[in-house]
Amino acid sequence: MKASVVIFPGTNRERDVADVLEAVSGRRPQMVWHGDSEVPDSDLIVLPGGFSYGDYLRCGAMAAHSPIMRDVIAKAEAGTPVLGICNGFQILCEAGLLPGVLMHNSSLKFICKDVWLRVEQPDTIFTSRFAKGELMRAIAAHAEGNYFADPETLNRLEGEGRVVFRYADRHGNVTPEANPNGAQRSIAGICDARRRVLGLMPHPENTSDPLLGPTEGRKLFESIVESLVA
Amino acid sequence: MKARIVITLKNGVLDPQGKAVQNAVGALGIEGVQSVRQGKFIEVDLAAGSEAAARATVERMCRELLANTVIENYVYEIES
Repeated sequence: MKASVVIFPGTNRERDVADVLEAVSGRRPQMVWHGDSEVPDSDLIVLPGGFSYGDYLRCGAMAAHSPIMRDVIAKAEAGTPVLGICNGFQILCEAGLLPGVLMHNSSLKFICKDVWLRVEQPDTIFTSRFAKGELMRAIAAHAEGNYFADPETLNRLEGEGRVVFRYADRHGNVTPEANPNGAQRSIAGICDARRRVLGLMPHPENTSDPLLGPTEGRKLFESIVESLVA
Repeated sequence: MKARIVITLKNGVLDPQGKAVQNAVGALGIEGVQSVRQGKFIEVDLAAGSEAAARATVERMCRELLANTVIENYVYEIES
């Protein structure tokens, strides 16, 4: 699987995700600079986490207009799968590839902790190895992860099965207490209408290596490899 | 020409920063503040030939970058 990881000034999780992709696919992803005009031919494009452009103006707003994003948008529209994690999710929303926006956490605090995500939609290339309702642990590390969209958009996402992950407790219950940032309907991850663009707030790449602890996130990357290589 | 742009959260969009400011104002003993909404103020110098041209430029800046119209409104004034 040929994967490309896009690096913006201020991106800082590119190695984490590249390491996991290499571990599951056997091939080191190529790193692509934000100032480039073209993403090399890829089976998967990843927008990793970090603080692109120092989160100036709004998280992801500047990155969404950087030169490389024109080609990322074109390739996504042509069907290339795109995974945006954390800041990558914010960039996908600002670029218009996903609806809604990620606002300040309702607590106004930066959150850094393990969270449990319930898989709501296993029928995507990113979640094919999960069962519906299965739990995936991932690391929340964000100040702006509070997903917001108007009620019509939220209803459309739900109706089209595009809510892929929700924050849940250890037992899979979606409760206000298990929602770390105030996200509407406890949404942690959504996909586009074709289910080939996924935005996810917590970091599955940081729960993918036994050396670092939990490994539930690895299944997401294994799903991608299995779906795209098969 | 100068453009002064004000970007605010739409009504109904939760503004935790505004809420925190309101609470802090209350903690100072300042009474009668019923709500606080926080936004952004952006000042731009423009080399525009006419006010209409300046407005067109500012409108496009606001729509495409400065404001996220999912959650924000913008208003601006042009000073020649």
